[in-house]
Amino acid sequence: MFSIEVNKLTKTFGSFIAVNGISFNVNQGEIFGFLGANGAGKSTAIRMLCGILEPTSGDAMVGGYSVMNQPDKVKTEIGYMSQKFSLYNDLTVEENINFFGGVYGLYNHKLEERKKWVLKVAFLEGQQNLLTASLPGGIKQRLALAIAVIHEPKIVFLDEPTGGVDPISRRNFWDLINELSQSGVTVFVTTHYLDEAEFCNTITLINAGNIIASGSSKELKTKYLTNTILEVECDKVIAALDILSKQKWIDETSIFGNYIHVNVKDENEGRKLIKKVLTEQNSIIISRLDKIVPTLEDVFIYLLEKDENKNVE
Amino acid sequence: MLNRIKAIAIKEMRQLKRDKRMLYVLFIFPIFLLVIFGYAINFDVHHIKIVIYDQDKSTDSRNYVNSLTSSDYFDIVGYIHNDKEIKGVLDTKKAQCVVVFPRDMSQKLYSKQTAKVQVLIDGVDANTASLILNYMNSATAAYSQKLQGNILASIGRKAYIPIDIHPAFWFNPDLDSTVFLIPGLIVMILILTAVVSISLSIVREKERGTIEQINVSPLTSLELLIGKTVPYTIISLMVGTLILVGGHFLFGITFKGNLILLFFSTLLFLFAALNLGIIVSSIANTQQVAFQIATLVSMLPSMLLSGFIFPIESMPVVVQILTNVTPAKFYLIILRAILLKGVGVESFWPQLVYLMIFSLVLLFLSALINKKSKIA
Repeated sequence: MFSIEVNKLTKTFGSFIAVNGISFNVNQGEIFGFLGANGAGKSTAIRMLCGILEPTSGDAMVGGYSVMNQPDKVKTEIGYMSQKFSLYNDLTVEENINFFGGVYGLYNHKLEERKKWVLKVAFLEGQQNLLTASLPGGIKQRLALAIAVIHEPKIVFLDEPTGGVDPISRRNFWDLINELSQSGVTVFVTTHYLDEAEFCNTITLINAGNIIASGSSKELKTKYLTNTILEVECDKVIAALDILSKQKWIDETSIFGNYIHVNVKDENEGRKLIKKVLTEQNSIIISRLDKIVPTLEDVFIYLLEKDENKNVE
Repeated sequence: MLNRIKAIAIKEMRQLKRDKRMLYVLFIFPIFLLVIFGYAINFDVHHIKIVIYDQDKSTDSRNYVNSLTSSDYFDIVGYIHNDKEIKGVLDTKKAQCVVVFPRDMSQKLYSKQTAKVQVLIDGVDANTASLILNYMNSATAAYSQKLQGNILASIGRKAYIPIDIHPAFWFNPDLDSTVFLIPGLIVMILILTAVVSISLSIVREKERGTIEQINVSPLTSLELLIGKTVPYTIISLMVGTLILVGGHFLFGITFKGNLILLFFSTLLFLFAALNLGIIVSSIANTQQVAFQIATLVSMLPSMLLSGFIFPIESMPVVVQILTNVTPAKFYLIILRAILLKGVGVESFWPQLVYLMIFSLVLLFLSALINKKSKIA
């Protein structure tokens, strides 16, 4: 029994296909990362799974209820937090807790108990009378997450939850996500940050409404990327990138800080050819040329370009 | 369900409590309107400036002038002594009216002839001009009657008048136009307050994105709308009471009718107005646009089409039909009936029924729009 079962879920807006018959399953208690560029269909998919957008076809079972036929039941089973801070800035911390508690049917003893928990988790014990607007960004985000799970749902959807938050707060935030996951809550999270994706048990990559890859971080790096990545450190980086990207025997080139990542089929052959075109033909000095373990970013860039090329053909 | 509605209502109250600007708009603005409308819009004409050109210079002409000034309708602002001055007086607006007594006035009076008194009125403001003429006519008639009595008495006969009118103005005995205007003002302020406040409060949630959190919660749009309606109904009732009390102390409006009847018909009217606000909020996406549409759909019809200032009976038929678009028209009839006449439900039940139908149609419309957009 999966926590979320998605079966050929589709959403079209006129002739535009936002989500194209995607299917996947999410286990209870796992952190499920949903990745994709802006406009890839992430938000549309998450809105359908939350029961606020009716699918065009297909269905998904979320917490045992169908998003197509029982969206109201789905809503009672889930927590949701979006990139846009959606608590009331003009209410105090406690008033926000009371309001959302009331909306989810908590009162008296139960509400007090959960209020204590929310305040503890958001590092706001004894500060419940502060206006929410006056809180720093990282704390606001924690408060929003804590309130999103105030009714102790089994599943929580986080739509780019760490947008605009500083790195330390982001790290703290992910500790909180891990705690939730360990207590058995399924966490469905979308993000832009690939370092965050590493924290997910399962990563699913979506592009143009289709799922193009799925698996653990390790699986993605080994299963999808069979080529070798060579990291080149040299002078005249821009010129070098330009030259390399024109070579037919190279699958992919991308720039990482001051280095160039080159995706080749064979390591030794690649080393030879790179030296030849850069140093011998263009007198660019290579100071370092190493084989590296691919990052998620390498994998995604590879997968996305492959998908784009396939679409073009 | 009740708990969730309560949570929304409490939240709205708390937000409103912190929104000083909104509170200011809700409570100070109506008082401001009341004072402006109560004092500035006044159709009564008093203290008409008149200039006397007395060629007769007799006791009779002086008595006539005295009879004019005994009321507060006329103020003598000067005397002139030749024809040429008349034009100057009216041109410079020194006076609105010049009264000319002919040289032979008292001579004619005592030789059984009709004396002609010329009254020259500034006709630029047609409304005021005809009022001046009316006042002048009745003042002259009274004086003329008295003279006739005197003359007949001097030849040993008793004066009598074949038909005499005894007018009595019911419900507003002094024909004070403020008394007539205040109910209209209450209607306008109530509809404005209700439509603006609820539409802004809903659109604000859209603008700030908090509606998204509401949408994923088990809260239904009906619960949300009821939860939002309750506090604004209370606020609007408070505002209505405020204007009524203000109208009493500032303009001496007395309350003649049944308070419970007033309360329930006001509640019905507010229900219609709040539904109108909900529809506005489903059209607008920013508070600015919402405010503009809200004032447009609430203030304009309630001012022009409700019978507040312009009587509906004297409008062209097409416009008369058009007046039915605003619930203000019907509530105004009810309010005037209760406040000024003190009559019961038997004389305005059709209006109550209409308000009810109006509210239900709007409720249905807003539910339809909400279902489509999924955003309240």
